[in-house]
Amino acid sequence: MKLLDLLGYYNYWVFAVVLMVGLYAVISKNNLIKKLIGLSIFQSAVFLLYITMDKVEGGTAPIIQAGVENQIFSNPLPQVLILTAIVVGVSTLALGLAIVVRIREAYGTIEEHEILGAD
Amino acid sequence: MNAETAILVAIVLPLAGALAIALAGRIGPNLRETMTLVTSAALIWVVWGMLPTLMADGRPAVTVGEVMPGLSIAFRVEPLGMLFAALASGLWLINSVYSIGYMRGNGEKHQTRFYVCFALALAATMGVAFAGNLFTLFLFYEALTLSTYPLVSHKGDAATVRSARVYLGILLSTSIGLFLPAIIWVYTAAGTGDFVLGGILEGKVAEPEVGLLLGLFVFGIAKAAVMPVHRWLPAAMVAPTPVSALLHAVAVVKAGVFTITKVIVYIFGVEFLFASPSSAWLMYPAAFTIIVASLVALRQTNIKRLLAYSTIAQLSYVVMAAAILKPHAEVGAAIHMVAHAFGKITLFFAAGAIYVASKKTEIYQLRGIGRRMPWTMAAFSIGALSMIGVPPTGGFVSKWYILAGAFEAENLVALFTIIASTVLNAAYFLPILYMAWFEREEADAKPHGEAPFAAVLALCVTALLTLGFFLFNGPVIELESQVVRGLT
Amino acid sequence: MLSAPLVVLLQPRGLAWAGATAAGLVSFAIAVALAMAVLGGETQTYAMGGWPAPYGIALAVDDFSALVLLLVTGAGAAALLAARPSVDKQIEEERQPLFYAAWLLGLAGLAGIVVSADAFNIFVFMEISSLASYILIAGGPDRRALPAVFKYLIMGTIGATFYLIGVGLVYMMTGTLNLADMQARIGDVVDLNPILVAAGFITIGLALKAAVFPLHVWLPNAYTHAPHMVTVFLAACATKVALYVLIRFDSMVFQDKLSDHVIQFAMFAMPLAVLGILVASAVAMFEGNLKRLLGTSSVAQIGYILLGASFVSQAGITAGAMHMFNHALAKGGLFLAVACLAYHYRDLRLSQLGGAAARMPWTCAALVLCGLSLIGVPGTAGFISKWLLITAALDAGPWGWTLVIVILVSSLMAVVYVWRIVETLYFQAPATEETGIVEAPLQLLLMTWLVALLNIAFGLAPAIPLTLAEGSAAALLGGMP
Repeated sequence: MKLLDLLGYYNYWVFAVVLMVGLYAVISKNNLIKKLIGLSIFQSAVFLLYITMDKVEGGTAPIIQAGVENQIFSNPLPQVLILTAIVVGVSTLALGLAIVVRIREAYGTIEEHEILGAD
Repeated sequence: MNAETAILVAIVLPLAGALAIALAGRIGPNLRETMTLVTSAALIWVVWGMLPTLMADGRPAVTVGEVMPGLSIAFRVEPLGMLFAALASGLWLINSVYSIGYMRGNGEKHQTRFYVCFALALAATMGVAFAGNLFTLFLFYEALTLSTYPLVSHKGDAATVRSARVYLGILLSTSIGLFLPAIIWVYTAAGTGDFVLGGILEGKVAEPEVGLLLGLFVFGIAKAAVMPVHRWLPAAMVAPTPVSALLHAVAVVKAGVFTITKVIVYIFGVEFLFASPSSAWLMYPAAFTIIVASLVALRQTNIKRLLAYSTIAQLSYVVMAAAILKPHAEVGAAIHMVAHAFGKITLFFAAGAIYVASKKTEIYQLRGIGRRMPWTMAAFSIGALSMIGVPPTGGFVSKWYILAGAFEAENLVALFTIIASTVLNAAYFLPILYMAWFEREEADAKPHGEAPFAAVLALCVTALLTLGFFLFNGPVIELESQVVRGLT
Repeated sequence: MLSAPLVVLLQPRGLAWAGATAAGLVSFAIAVALAMAVLGGETQTYAMGGWPAPYGIALAVDDFSALVLLLVTGAGAAALLAARPSVDKQIEEERQPLFYAAWLLGLAGLAGIVVSADAFNIFVFMEISSLASYILIAGGPDRRALPAVFKYLIMGTIGATFYLIGVGLVYMMTGTLNLADMQARIGDVVDLNPILVAAGFITIGLALKAAVFPLHVWLPNAYTHAPHMVTVFLAACATKVALYVLIRFDSMVFQDKLSDHVIQFAMFAMPLAVLGILVASAVAMFEGNLKRLLGTSSVAQIGYILLGASFVSQAGITAGAMHMFNHALAKGGLFLAVACLAYHYRDLRLSQLGGAAARMPWTCAALVLCGLSLIGVPGTAGFISKWLLITAALDAGPWGWTLVIVILVSSLMAVVYVWRIVETLYFQAPATEETGIVEAPLQLLLMTWLVALLNIAFGLAPAIPLTLAEGSAAALLGGMP
């Protein structure tokens, strides 16, 4: 495989890197908020994957225009899907933050090891 | 009532009895005990009512329902099961009379629970006796274990609970760990688990595996107490004596040897096993158990524990007799179940009566007790003689048959074992008899009389049965000969 | 009949208990009706919005989904019926409507996963049910629930995202999201590497959700600190549904299209299942908190289901599906009994529960019944699945005997941990001299007994779930060469 081909997949490389960055943050950070941020990054990587795959070369937004024939569209379905996934991701994040707020109220801290030590 | 209905009634009746006892227990002890007696009497009527059918070569059968394809709950009465059911139901009535005397005499707590569980255990016993296939048998086998657990742990203190844990642990783990895979193996290999005379496994299981499968059965059925899965039986002696008497000398342990005999006769088939060299080993653990358990019994100082080890040895008589694989020996196995049941229940009744009257539990305390409790000790002596196998007691008859089978098979191991164990039996029973009748009581002993009338009555009846079985064993032998008639 | 699945989806509208319960019952009734129809041999489908299957979002109910749907709605309805007294005690009054709303959302999400025939739709429903269950678990008065739920949220989201990546990859290669369509088209894909990666992502992601050992660390804590009724509901069905999707994907979509996928799946799942069974049972034997003990035992039981599935044979999958159903019955009943106990006992460590049987005889009797079913004593539902599982293991060739031994050893471990509970309840001296501990409220008790008796009923007459389980195994293996 030529170097150019590898570069041609750069979207996927970015996807993989972002995914790993997010996962690393989730695993290694002690602060619950930072964990959630990591989770968000992790999910964003997946959004990127979906958006990447729907791109058709030379395609444009999938809107039917009057008088234009043989228009090449990007695939609309993954976009729709990922819109849903984004909504899901946002609600997860919101719920996660809400839980962190409650944890803070109950324990007075948002550092994981302090919480584990408290019980 | 035809025999098919009678089977179902025999199982449902004790269940209904348990319910009635539970309800009656709220009203008062008299009503509760009346219910127990009525139920057990009715059960005898139902079970013994089937005898004529069996004698006429009838084999009533009934299928209740199919759980899974090929796996059904079915009952089928055959001579072995008939004998076992008749024995258990008959002794239940006597035992109930005795229980009333014992439980009242001791002022035990939770008596309602006691009688309810007893009735449940009897229902399970009937199920085991009449089971028409392995699955049904297993179902009731486990039910019997579980329903006796509250009886063993009746006292509820720490030591009792520990013993009950041993009891349940060994019985459940062997049945799930060994018995169940054996059953599934049979179903997978033969496609069925029905009890068929002559066996269902011939040609289905290859040679060396037959021995393995037999091992799974023999040690999986821990109720037969073949060493090393015998530990639960001494542990179970913490139960009130009526439980030890009926369940751990008759119903539960006999359910074990009964199941092994039934598996040998109806699943493997005697001839098939006889032709499979890999199954010959069964003789040795049984013989080993007989000798070792007798030796251990020699060293016991507690009456009930001595009786427990004696039971272990006697159970292996049945297993060994069944393993001789000759017609006379199979009959001997069945008769020994009966003879031992009469003798051992008498011994336990006597031990319990001694406890109620004097709170004595150790052997050395028995000096001169024969003079204070002549009836009890007379019965005890008859039971002990039957264990040794002295005529005119029931124990002699069964030993005769087993010996005849051993000669027929020219089985020297069995012969030697029987002779040696007879000597050992004498060695641990005769000193007790001597002590009780001929030695003097200690000077500062508390005076006491006989146990309550109900208890004494019950143990006299069983002692008479032990004697009577020597003379009137014809019907039993005739019934059991049906099993081997097809074999020769 | 065609609109039935839709009703299941549209009901998270109820606000208070009565509404919620009514909704739960209706959905259960629908599930029963659906199951009857499926038993009649029809696969029920419904195209949402009127678009036909490959394009629109389709719902489909076959034997396997009917079985799991029965389970989910049954558990939901039963738990709701019993929930009132326990919830009244644990959740403040003004938050109850929200609590029940979340509950219904969770129920709808789980039901949605089961009836959905569309991979992406499954993801959406999965997240709906997960979000709802996070809320439910965190809803109790126990502050330790919060870190537990946070852990669950993190791991659950990672699992769902893995699943999403896998689905995305499959979509890239096949251009469809409909499960049946995927199965048909995956054979045409030339380059199988992405599919292989997708299979890996999906399997791991769902295993996380299903708490397959060793990805189960979120489960014991979450179950232990959740409000008791929530534990009943979730223990009975949440992880089962994830397993359902896992089994469906692996045996329907991937199996014969990927070379050696059967072997790969078996080699992946079987050791994990065996380890899970043994390790979790061993841990449960020494656990001191009643709820955590039962939660840990759930991990072991999930191992059984996975083990059944990993045989990839008619008998194996039947056993797995049966065990899903039977374990839900047993564990649901156990947690219901725990909820009864918790009505009076604040502290659920075994050391505090001594002598409870004298005070709450009916509760403890029901607990013993369900415990026997968990062990697999004949005559109970648990026995049926053990029997099937051992039969399947015996058929599985040279490894079979080892697996039989594993199953038996873990059954013995189950005897140990169940009996620890029984001995504590019946024979230990009470730890506290608290007076006024009486039976749990009738409503709770009745449902507990209903479930306990169902354990017996399905142990003696398992025809309905068995037919469904056999049907599902046949359907799942239908694509096998």
